[in-house]
Amino acid sequence: MGQTKSDILQGTLDLMVLKTLDAMGPLHGYGIARRIEQLSQEALVVNQGTIYLCLVRLVQKGWIKAEWGASENNRKAKFYSISKAGRKQLVAETANWERISGVIGRLLEC
Amino acid sequence: MLTRIRRLAARVRAFFRRADMDRDLEAELESHIAMRVEDATARGMTPEQAERQARLELGGVTQICEAHREVRGLPFLDALFQDLRYTFRTLRRDAGFTTFAVLIVGLGIGASSTIFSVVNALLVRPLPFRDPGRLVWIANDGKENDLSGLTVPVGPFLDLRDDSRSYSDVAAYYAFYEEGDKKLTGYGEPERLTGVPVSQNFFPLLGAQPQLGRSFTQEECQGNQPVVLLSAGLWKRRFASDLAIVGRKLTMNDATVTVIGVMPPSFDFGSVFAPGSKIDLFLPLPLTPEVDRRGNTLSMVGRLKPGATIKQAQAEAGVLSEPIRLKHNRDELRFRVAPLGEHVRGHMRPALFVLACAVGVVMLIVCANLSNLQLARTATRQKEMAIRVALGARRGRLIRQMLTESVVLACSGAALGLILAVAGTRVLADLDAISLPLRESVRVDFAGLAFTLLFAVVTGLVFGLAPALRVPVSAVHDSLKDAGRGSNEGQRHNWIRASLVVSEIAFACVLLVGAGLLIRSFLRVLDVNLGFRPERAAALRIDPSSQYSTQARRNAYYDEALRLAKSVPGIQAVGLTDVLPLGHNRTWSAGAKDQSYSLDHPPPDAFVRIVSDGYLNAMGIPLRAGRDFTAQDSPSGKPVILINETLARALWHGRDPIGRTVTYVDKDREVVGVVGDVRHLALEQGSGCEMYLPIRQTNDYSSVDLVVRTNLPLSGLASAIRATLKPIEPNLAANEYRTLQQIVDKAVSPRRFVVLLLGGFSVFALILASLGIYGVVSYSVNQRTQEIGIRMALGASAAKVRQGIFLQTLQLAGLGMAIGVVASWMMTRTLTGLLFGVSSTDPVTFLGMLVILTAVAAAASYLPARRASQIDPMAALRAN
Repeated sequence: MGQTKSDILQGTLDLMVLKTLDAMGPLHGYGIARRIEQLSQEALVVNQGTIYLCLVRLVQKGWIKAEWGASENNRKAKFYSISKAGRKQLVAETANWERISGVIGRLLEC
Repeated sequence: MLTRIRRLAARVRAFFRRADMDRDLEAELESHIAMRVEDATARGMTPEQAERQARLELGGVTQICEAHREVRGLPFLDALFQDLRYTFRTLRRDAGFTTFAVLIVGLGIGASSTIFSVVNALLVRPLPFRDPGRLVWIANDGKENDLSGLTVPVGPFLDLRDDSRSYSDVAAYYAFYEEGDKKLTGYGEPERLTGVPVSQNFFPLLGAQPQLGRSFTQEECQGNQPVVLLSAGLWKRRFASDLAIVGRKLTMNDATVTVIGVMPPSFDFGSVFAPGSKIDLFLPLPLTPEVDRRGNTLSMVGRLKPGATIKQAQAEAGVLSEPIRLKHNRDELRFRVAPLGEHVRGHMRPALFVLACAVGVVMLIVCANLSNLQLARTATRQKEMAIRVALGARRGRLIRQMLTESVVLACSGAALGLILAVAGTRVLADLDAISLPLRESVRVDFAGLAFTLLFAVVTGLVFGLAPALRVPVSAVHDSLKDAGRGSNEGQRHNWIRASLVVSEIAFACVLLVGAGLLIRSFLRVLDVNLGFRPERAAALRIDPSSQYSTQARRNAYYDEALRLAKSVPGIQAVGLTDVLPLGHNRTWSAGAKDQSYSLDHPPPDAFVRIVSDGYLNAMGIPLRAGRDFTAQDSPSGKPVILINETLARALWHGRDPIGRTVTYVDKDREVVGVVGDVRHLALEQGSGCEMYLPIRQTNDYSSVDLVVRTNLPLSGLASAIRATLKPIEPNLAANEYRTLQQIVDKAVSPRRFVVLLLGGFSVFALILASLGIYGVVSYSVNQRTQEIGIRMALGASAAKVRQGIFLQTLQLAGLGMAIGVVASWMMTRTLTGLLFGVSSTDPVTFLGMLVILTAVAAAASYLPARRASQIDPMAALRAN
């Protein structure tokens, strides 16, 4: 939706967050950060603060929902879950990502 | 799209729930850190290490909070509010500067908005009629100011109305109505009212409908039906807005008339067709042969048919003139068509254009001045700015901060200016002494408000721009080390400020020259030889009432009135006239009996005055040859006439006119005297041919004024004369008395209006320019304290230092004046139409302006120069 080129990284983070929530179900900010770090096997250094900027943006767009709840250690934490609109967006974004990475992959091969 | 709207709504919500959301985020971040610490301690880290690690990974909580706000809220508004808060804080701290800035912006914007409202009302806003763009003014092609030459008789009007194809209708009003023609008696104090006879279709054509009652019917406009329509003003003032007025019988000029309606307040005949006069009544204008015989009396208004253009109407008028001229045997008849708006306000355009330019120049000076002050403030705030840059403020952000400050100042000034403008326009709209068309409709309306707001913002941006661009880019170190003094930086700064002052002086120069030229013209106009002496003379309307129905009775009434008036103490001379100078005018063609005239060589048109013996003395009109009228110039006596020098020259080319015969409208009269020319039309205009007929020998007049000259103060005169005339005229109205000086003042009022405004503007400009000079010179003295101290320590005398400062000032002033003179030279040409007796390059005005500006510049530099010469070298050297 009208995302400029400079937003590619930001959009990437959006995609990762959406995918994480889709795969893992409701999760708090720290959990999302940890999950992304684990999956990327420390190859990706995500500034954990920016996760929260990404989260508020996604909430405002209506793609995810936030709710206070209790963590596994019975600590108060804000849990995020993906919404219906978010799932649709994820599908679209995933297709988009695959297309672009395909193009870039082909470009780099030759 | 939906996502975008949802996001925007969320942002707005977040903007207003800022504290909640901040708390929420902080709690979330705290729980994030707590969980992180838990994980880390589980892996064996000490809690302190874990906490430190967690915070490092997260990034500063404050920074995240700020970024979070930017992402979720409305960062633009956030910054704006922040800027505003900061601005109000700084401005409060700098109360002196703030007051001064608000004051001068207020004055400047007040003046601009007032002038804008005047221009808007007088030139831009459509006339207060239905579809005014299609209305045209149809006049006879005569000389300006000669009403007889501009009007047409009833016959040609009817023919034009019936024969032309360009108009959906043509209406007329009787232009020779006299102010105060209708005397209302039997209803409280007697009062002279002004009534305009209008044709039946006049109101429908203009799209005006009575707010009460009805308009005239066809029958009422055929004979002299005794019905009137009241103006809204009269209805409110005299009849307390009585809703039962319709049908009421009033006594007017000793006859009974019936009120059939009241016009709405929006229909202001006077302000459109007769600037400076109040119209109280409207009467039916009978389009009869009897009125036709009175000659040129009608002014016409037409409404163009849809699709017809003014060009077509003009062409058609030209074609129709010929047959109508022949049919009615009116040689001089030529229809001229102009848009009504053009006719009403076209002549105001040059003056208003000049005023608008002047006010623009004033605003430029205000901007330059504030720019200068702001620059001085930025200089003292360099350190603060540097610190903020060092703390990470972006340059754009600081510039925005500076601009916010100047726009806030300008808007505060505009609030003050708006108050001034509302007051100013109200005063102007109520100033009956100024005869400007549409003056009554001057007010600050929505357009005025919009203009003010826009102007304030633009002003703020303009005067804030130069200081804002002074925000440091890289000079952080210098500023922090306070090395700015005496460095290149400081000098460039001075250069900008000096050029601002130079431009202020140049602008002031242009204004001064303009005002000077107009003031000199005004003085020339006041100085003009009127041909009569207005001081110590007054006029009192004493039309004979209907009981004086025959000429003999009227003459007896005049004899008695003159005799009684002469008996009032202090009265030197009394006389009667049917028309006072600078009022209405009519012309008749007047030839010499001993000459033959033809179509190619017509007799001259002469202005007609019907007067009694003693009038010349009462007015102070000099008798050049022969004798004045006497009481013996009565119906039984020989028909006689007085002519002015111009007519004498026109008829007999220098031969002695006494005893010769003048012929007008088939009547012969013997010239018994020659009198001086009188400026009857306007002060700026020569008199043309004039002739005076004895009041006792003619019936061709509709009003009579008693003119008295006294050697006592005029103040008590009105009541004294009224008391004396009581026996023959018990019902004299209170508004019948005018001094001749009032009449002259009213005639020059539009010119005085322009001169006063322009004069005020230039004084304001002069003050601002002198403040600008003072500011720059005193700033540079401050900056050069050290240098001056060294010079004095090396032996420079105080006088030498003073002289140096003076010279520096005069350099600035000289440069400004040089530019100003050239600019004025080019611009005063636009003034030409407004000047009288002064050329647009009048050397006296230019020299005077140079003297004034030099004096002001010298005065403005006096204080700083004195301060400089009192610098203590030791103190100055130690100070840094």
